[in-house]
Amino acid sequence: MADYEAHEHDVLVIGAGGAGLRAAIEASAVGVRVGLVCKSLLGKAHTVMAEGGIAAALANVDERDNWKVHFADTMRGGQYVNQWRMAELHAKEAPDRVRELEKWGAVFDRTKDGRILQRNFGGHRYPRLAHVGDRTGLEMIRTLQDHGVHQGIEVFMEHTILSILREDGRAVGAFGYERERGRFKIFRAKAIVLATGGIGRAYKITSNSWEYTGDGHSLAYEAGAELIDMEFIQFHPTGMVWPPSVCGILVTEGVRGEGGILTNNQGRRFMFDDIPENYRAQTAKDEEEGWRYCTGDKNANRPPELLTRDHVARCIVREIKQGRGSPHGGVFLDIAWIKEKIPNAAEHIKRKLPSMYHQFKQLADIDITAQPMEVGPTTHYIMGGIHVDPDTQMSRVPGLFACGECAAGINGANRLGGNSLSDLLVFGKRAGEYAAQFAKQTSLGKIDNDKIDNVAREAVAPFERGDGENPYQIQKDLQELMQADVGIVRNQSEMEHALDQLQQLKTRAQRAGVIGHREFNPGWHTALDLKNLLTVSEAITLAAIERKESRGAQFREDYPNKDERFSKVNTMISKGDDGSMQIRLEPLPEMPDYLKQVIEEMK
Amino acid sequence: MSDQTVHFKIWRGDAKGGGFRDYSTECTEGMVVLDAVHDVQREQAVDLACRWNCKAGKCGSCSAEINGLPKLMCMARLSELPTEKPITIEPIKAFPIVKDLITDVSWNFEVKKRIKKFKPRPPDAPDGTWRMQQEDIDRVQEFRKCIECFLCQDVCHVLRDHHLHDRFIGPRFLIYAAALEMHPLDVEDRTDELRNAHGIGYCNITKCCTKVCPENIQITDNGIIPLKERVVDKFYDPLGWIWRAWKKKSDRTRKP
Ligand SMILES: Cc1cc2nc3c(=O)[nH]c(=O)nc-3n(C[C@H](O)[C@H](O)[C@H](O)COP(=O)(O)OP(=O)(O)OC[C@H]3O[C@@H](n4cnc5c(N)ncnc54)[C@H](O)[C@@H]3O)c2cc1C
Ligand code: SF4
Ligand code: SF4
Ligand code: FES
Repeated sequence: MADYEAHEHDVLVIGAGGAGLRAAIEASAVGVRVGLVCKSLLGKAHTVMAEGGIAAALANVDERDNWKVHFADTMRGGQYVNQWRMAELHAKEAPDRVRELEKWGAVFDRTKDGRILQRNFGGHRYPRLAHVGDRTGLEMIRTLQDHGVHQGIEVFMEHTILSILREDGRAVGAFGYERERGRFKIFRAKAIVLATGGIGRAYKITSNSWEYTGDGHSLAYEAGAELIDMEFIQFHPTGMVWPPSVCGILVTEGVRGEGGILTNNQGRRFMFDDIPENYRAQTAKDEEEGWRYCTGDKNANRPPELLTRDHVARCIVREIKQGRGSPHGGVFLDIAWIKEKIPNAAEHIKRKLPSMYHQFKQLADIDITAQPMEVGPTTHYIMGGIHVDPDTQMSRVPGLFACGECAAGINGANRLGGNSLSDLLVFGKRAGEYAAQFAKQTSLGKIDNDKIDNVAREAVAPFERGDGENPYQIQKDLQELMQADVGIVRNQSEMEHALDQLQQLKTRAQRAGVIGHREFNPGWHTALDLKNLLTVSEAITLAAIERKESRGAQFREDYPNKDERFSKVNTMISKGDDGSMQIRLEPLPEMPDYLKQVIEEMK
Repeated sequence: MSDQTVHFKIWRGDAKGGGFRDYSTECTEGMVVLDAVHDVQREQAVDLACRWNCKAGKCGSCSAEINGLPKLMCMARLSELPTEKPITIEPIKAFPIVKDLITDVSWNFEVKKRIKKFKPRPPDAPDGTWRMQQEDIDRVQEFRKCIECFLCQDVCHVLRDHHLHDRFIGPRFLIYAAALEMHPLDVEDRTDELRNAHGIGYCNITKCCTKVCPENIQITDNGIIPLKERVVDKFYDPLGWIWRAWKKKSDRTRKP
């Protein structure tokens, strides 16, 4: 075996977003040695981009809120295929996790009586999102980062993990490389927490960064864990559509929470035209009531712009397809109109949505306090991911834990805005706690040297193919394929076409070549990420084919309705003995009566 | 300016040395410098190293010097740059070069560890929570907008020209300390370190840092100057010191 630099920890956390940082903090707090690895610099993970807020039933703005309402909202939003136990723990523990951030120095916007302010968001019955203007994620990641650096966590920035190492089925370490110098490293650990985030880079139009190549999903799959709910991809209804260079960048739902309305090119508020049955009782009858809701009137129902994201995204697609879109292929999102309702509207908008104001002014020459924005759906989040035990966050591979966006179960078929940041905190903490506990009861395992040599050999192979295909081209073709064939509106034949094409892309990926040397070489990094992108793309497609119905984020034009047969099952993907990808339908665990009752009460 | 060819000089090299190389790419409407760098990376130089994440001015990864001015590449519109001459793109200067547009900014992460952490007063309410008024946190929130792009560190002459990294923490960490010191809940005292280990005295208020901050944080006026006043008061004004000690205590015991 070649000589690799090796590190040893009790708990190794892979990923330094909200989930990974929270897990690392928790594990180090109980006194075990913690290592933390991430692909970017510390504080730059996706979590930094989150805008709107953290959902938690603090009941600071509306005293009627409590965990039961939050639980019921989350289940309704997820169309009842969520893992109920995760939704329950999440709703119950989120308020404490948010208060804890304040204890660690976070400075949330305040209510008049000095408590943490909460705002409205889609699918949440009451104002529930603790926030800091529209830069909540920055506040959260900075708070965790600044708290964490004093905890003695050993951080490895700009390192990429390529493989999880196992001994007799148990996770015993990870193998990866330092991006700066391209050197390989071994990380031995008694327990491993994956917190690698999402998969958005599998699509052409996305709000996600280069980091979102589904690494954790793919690492876990290869290590023997199962992936659940992979068909459910959230297309956020409002991404920027113009100019082309910013296409896909997110426009926070906070714009609609503050009163922003969606209109088509005829000036019609089309969201009033299609309100789903199960939300009718909670939706405003007219524009007047919708506005009253946004100003905090507790007797008013929310405007239809704040229906769940899957539904809003589909309505937008319908308007565009039927020729009622905006000039650049989106629809209009207008917050400037509130000047009819309140004095100093421009100032109000700038204070509540400063980075949106900034973003449009600087990147699109649009002043959102005076003009409408053009928006359209963008690939944003994956509800599916690594299947874990709801309480401990351990996957079926002993010693391998997962939390945050790369884990799954809490969101079901559709995630409510704000439920991700709270998920990171609640389950990040749990993962850290149980990983530390696991580590305390085990010893370091043995490292399989042959396996490492294989991974290393495969990783440097692109350099031996200097004349091989450009990895960026392969990535681009993959993104276009997924966007076209496994996007917002799906059908059997397109998805079968995608499966077929994915096999060809796999062959091309094995022939990708790069030039230069191993020191900070983005071409090489892109070539290595292809494998993960291809794995998650295949999983998404297989799962979407298997679920022959439309539910939440999955919309199939060949099966446009919900189907009872799929109402109590999840898709489950794993690697077969022959190395091929296997899929099955797994019945949901039976919900206990007390939770059924909660859902009944909140109907 | 849409759909024209734009020329660039991009710095390529590593710690051993390097220089500008010429590239050109087609420019479309709305394009930013980072897009151009990505185009070059995709089509002409797959090993061209640069950092980025959000592409929307939120993460502070893509700092570089564009035509000599420190900027975020993702927020620099090509339409706002003169295109008669090639646009130069080079790494920031206050930190050691790693490769191409990437510098070793790890020093910043080490500095942060040396600043005493947040220490809140006991909770105000029995349920373990605190009360703060919005107007009392506006200033702290301004400082907490910092995206750690380190552009201010890049232009500060104390670091850039005089390389006093071992004696001066730089504007980024002065406002970090200011955010802690002015946090209504914080009861820690960092003035000793600010004066000594953190070297606040090296700052001679040139305000270059404030000018380049992409978050428009008033680093000098709202952060450094009040901090300097605190340091001066504490060390040269014993009466003021007693008054503040009393005030900090009364702040602490004040209930909402
Ligand atoms: C623009 C935008 C706005 C959003 N707004 C909100 C909001 O308002 N409210 C809300 O609840 N949610 C929001 N979300 C969603 C939410 O931000 C994300 O789901 C969440 O931040 C994911 O956190 P995480 O900790 O799971 O992963 P991340 O924060 O993405 O962190 C992943 C980490 O894993 C590391 N990593 C990945 N692969 C590897 C590897 N192979 N080796 C080593 N390290 C690796 C990365 O470097 C990174 O450090 C938003 C998302 C976006 C894109
Ligand atoms: S004002 Fe002070 S900190 Fe800012 S650039 Fe000038 S010397 Fe440096
Ligand atoms: S203070 Fe401004 S310039 Fe300095 S690091 Fe923060 S955001 Fe960048
Ligand atoms: S890429 Fe995030 S600030 Fe430029």
